[in-house]
Amino acid sequence: MLGYVLRRLLYAIPILIGVNLITFLLFFVVNSPDDMARMQIGVKRATPEAIERWKVDRGYDKPMFINDTRTGTARITETLFFDKSLRMFALDFGRADDGRDIATEILDRMGPSLAIALPTFLLSLFASITFALLLVFLRASYLDFWGVVLCVAMMSVSSLFYIIGGQWLVSKLWALVPISGYAGGLDAFRFLVLPVLISVIAGLGSSARWYRTIFLEEISRDYVRTARAKGLSELRVLFGHVLRNALIPVLTGVVVVIPLLFMGSLLVESFFAIPGLGSYTIDAINAQDFAVVRAMVFIGSVLYIIGLILTDLSYTLVDPRVRLE
Amino acid sequence: MEFQPVLLWTDLLLFVLVAGALLMALHVRRHEPLRAAWRKVGQRPAGMASMTVLMAFVVIGLLDSMHFRAALPPVEGQPDAATIYSSEVLSVLDHALAPLRLRTEKTYSAPFADRLYQRETVELAGGGQTRIYPRLEHGGSHLPEGASIAADLAQHLVTILSHAGIAMLAVLAVLTLVVGRGRQGRYGDALRAILCGHTTLAWRAALVTTALISLLVAAAYVLAPLYHVIGTDKVGQDVLYLSLKSVRTALVIGTITTLVMLPFAVALGIAAGYLGGWVDDVIQYLYTVLNAIPGVLLIAAAVLMMQVVIDTHPDWFETAAERSDARLLALCFILGITSWTGLCRLLRGETLKLRELEYVQAARAFGASTATILRRHILPNVMHIVMIALVMDFSGLVLAEAVLSYVGIGVDPTTISFGTMINMARAELAREPMVWWSLTAAFAFMFVLVLAANLFADVIRDAFDPRR
Repeated sequence: MLGYVLRRLLYAIPILIGVNLITFLLFFVVNSPDDMARMQIGVKRATPEAIERWKVDRGYDKPMFINDTRTGTARITETLFFDKSLRMFALDFGRADDGRDIATEILDRMGPSLAIALPTFLLSLFASITFALLLVFLRASYLDFWGVVLCVAMMSVSSLFYIIGGQWLVSKLWALVPISGYAGGLDAFRFLVLPVLISVIAGLGSSARWYRTIFLEEISRDYVRTARAKGLSELRVLFGHVLRNALIPVLTGVVVVIPLLFMGSLLVESFFAIPGLGSYTIDAINAQDFAVVRAMVFIGSVLYIIGLILTDLSYTLVDPRVRLE
Repeated sequence: MEFQPVLLWTDLLLFVLVAGALLMALHVRRHEPLRAAWRKVGQRPAGMASMTVLMAFVVIGLLDSMHFRAALPPVEGQPDAATIYSSEVLSVLDHALAPLRLRTEKTYSAPFADRLYQRETVELAGGGQTRIYPRLEHGGSHLPEGASIAADLAQHLVTILSHAGIAMLAVLAVLTLVVGRGRQGRYGDALRAILCGHTTLAWRAALVTTALISLLVAAAYVLAPLYHVIGTDKVGQDVLYLSLKSVRTALVIGTITTLVMLPFAVALGIAAGYLGGWVDDVIQYLYTVLNAIPGVLLIAAAVLMMQVVIDTHPDWFETAAERSDARLLALCFILGITSWTGLCRLLRGETLKLRELEYVQAARAFGASTATILRRHILPNVMHIVMIALVMDFSGLVLAEAVLSYVGIGVDPTTISFGTMINMARAELAREPMVWWSLTAAFAFMFVLVLAANLFADVIRDAFDPRR
C-alpha cells in the first residue's frame, strides 16, 4: 500500500513536469515576455526602454532555457525556465504584478476557498445521491419520469442564472442574507450559506441523473434479487446493498468533479466577492497577471493528481476486493 | 455587383459540417442498421420535438453564416469609379432583420414600451424644464399619443393567429402528402394517423413543436417592426436582434469545437487502445497532463495568448468581423484541445475490448494490415460512442461559452453571444427599478437551445448505445 502510494507520487512528477512545460510554452515562448510587457504597459506607450524596464523589474530579462553568459549550474538556474517554472516545485511562486508574494496570498485565500468548496462538495454529494436513490425507489412511475425531466431542465440552465437568480431572489427580494462579501470566524456563515446553496442546486441536475443511471445498472444485478428474495424491504436493499456496491463508480465520478469544483468556485467566489482562490484567479485573468495564473495552473494540477491518488486509495476502503500493488 | 460575398473561417467550417451531415444522411439511407437506429430516434416524441427546435436554431445560424459586404452607393460625380464595398460585414440574417438592427433607441426601453425607461430633462415650450419619460423613436411610434398599447396588441392578435394558422396548415398538408405516399395514397387515413399520433415516426410531436415555433415567429414577424418586442439594451439595441445573433455563436462553439477535436480523439484513442505498448503510454501521458490542468485556466492562458497575437498583427485581418471570427475560431480550437481527452479515454477503453473479439482476431489471422483492421473493423464499431459523445458535448459547450465570455476569456467582446449579452446585462441588475429583459431573453434562448440539445442527446444515446 505504502509502496503503491510512493509509486503513484513518483508517477505524478513527470505529469507535473509536463504541465509545467505546457504552461511555460504558453506563457513564454508563444507569447514572449516582450509581448507581455507591451500588453501591460499599453501598446501606445511601449518604448523599447519601457519594455526593458518592465522586464527587469519582474525578472523576465533572462534567457529562456540556457544562459550562455554564466558558467556551471548557473547556466541552468539563471534562466526563465528555472526561475519561473521549476521553482514552483518548491512552492516558490514569486511575486504578483502588484508586488505581493503569491505564496502568502494563496495561504491567506485558501481558508475562504475551502470554506465554500468543502461544504459544497459534501452537500451536493449527499443531495444528489439522495435524490437519485429516491428516483430509483420510484422507478418506472410518473414521479420518476418527471424527476428525470426536472433533472434535464436543471442541467439546461446556465450556472450564471442560478447565481444571478439566487442572488436576486434571496438577497435582494427576501433580504435574508447579504448579497456579497465575506467575514472571518463564525460570521462567515451568513455570507457562505447562499453561495453553497446555489452551487449545490446548480450541480444537482446532472449529478443526480448520473447517479440514477449507476444505481439502475446496479439494481439489475443478481445479488439485489437475492436480497429482495430474503424479504428485505426496498429501502434496506437500496441503502444497504445498492448504495454500497455502487460506490466505486460514484467515487470515480467524484474525481472528475474536483477540477469542476475549481471552475464552480471561480464563478461563485467572484460573484459573491469571497476572497478565495477563485476570485483571485479571475482577478488575475482580468488584470492579465500571468505569474498568478501560472501559479494557479500548477496548484490546480497538483490538486487533480492528489484527487486521482485519493480515489484509488478510497477504492480499497470501499471494496476490500480491490488490492493496490 | 451589389455585394461581395465574404467567407469567414467559421462559416466555411459550418458549411463543411452541413455537407458532412448531408453525406451522413445518404450513408444512413443505404445502411439498414443505421436506418433502424435513426428510426428509433424518430419514434420518440422527445426526439422529434427536440429535432424540430434544433432545426429552427440551425436555420437561424445558417442564415447568419452567409456573410457579405454591401456595395457603397457610388460617389456623386464619379460615375465610372470602381465599386467600393462597405467595411461592415453583414449576414443574410442581418439583412432580413435590418429594421431591428438599425432602429436603435437612445438607451433602455422595456418590452412593448413606447417610452424610454429613463427620465430625461426637456425644455418646456413656455420656458423652464421638466423631467419626463420621452417617447421612443421607433418602438410604438405608430401609435397616437395616449393610445393603449394593450388594445393595439389585441388588434394584431388576429393577424398573428391567422399567419401561424396558415403556416401550420401548410406544414400539415405537406406532412399528409409525405405520410400518405408511404401508405399508398390513402391521404385521409394518413391525416387521421398524424393527428392521433399513430404514425411510426412521432410526427404529432414535431407538429406541436412547429405550431409553437410558428406562433412565435408569426408574433415576432407582425410585432417586431412596430415594437421592441423584448426591449432594448443600454445602447438602445433591440434585444430580440441580439438574441437571434447569439444563436450562431452558440452553434459555432458547440459544433465546430467537437469537429476540431474529433479527429485527434478518434485517431489517438483507437491507436492507444489497439497498438498498446509505448504508443499507449505516450497517449495516456498526454491526456493525463492535459486533464491535470484545470480547463478554465488552460483556456484563459490560451485566450490571453491569442489576444496578444491578434493585437500585434492587425494587418492579418481586413475587417473587424474577420478579427472577431479569428478569435471565435481560436476559442473553438482551445476548447477542443481541452475537451478531446474524455472521448479519447472512452475510445481507448472500447478499442481494448474490441481488439480481443473473435472477428478482429480472425482478421489479424488472415493477415489484414493494422490500418485495414482499424479502418474496417474497429472504427465502425466505435462510431456510436463518437456519435453519442458529440451530441452530449454540445450543450456543455454552449453553456461553457456563456460562462467563459462572462469571465472575459470567451469570444471577442464585439461578437454577439449569450455570454457577452449576460455580461453587458449584469450592471443592469443593480439598477432600480431593475432591467430584467436582456438577461431573461439570453437565458430563455439559451435554455431552449440547451434543453433541446440535452433531450436530443438522450434520445440519441438510447437509440445508438447497444447496451440499452
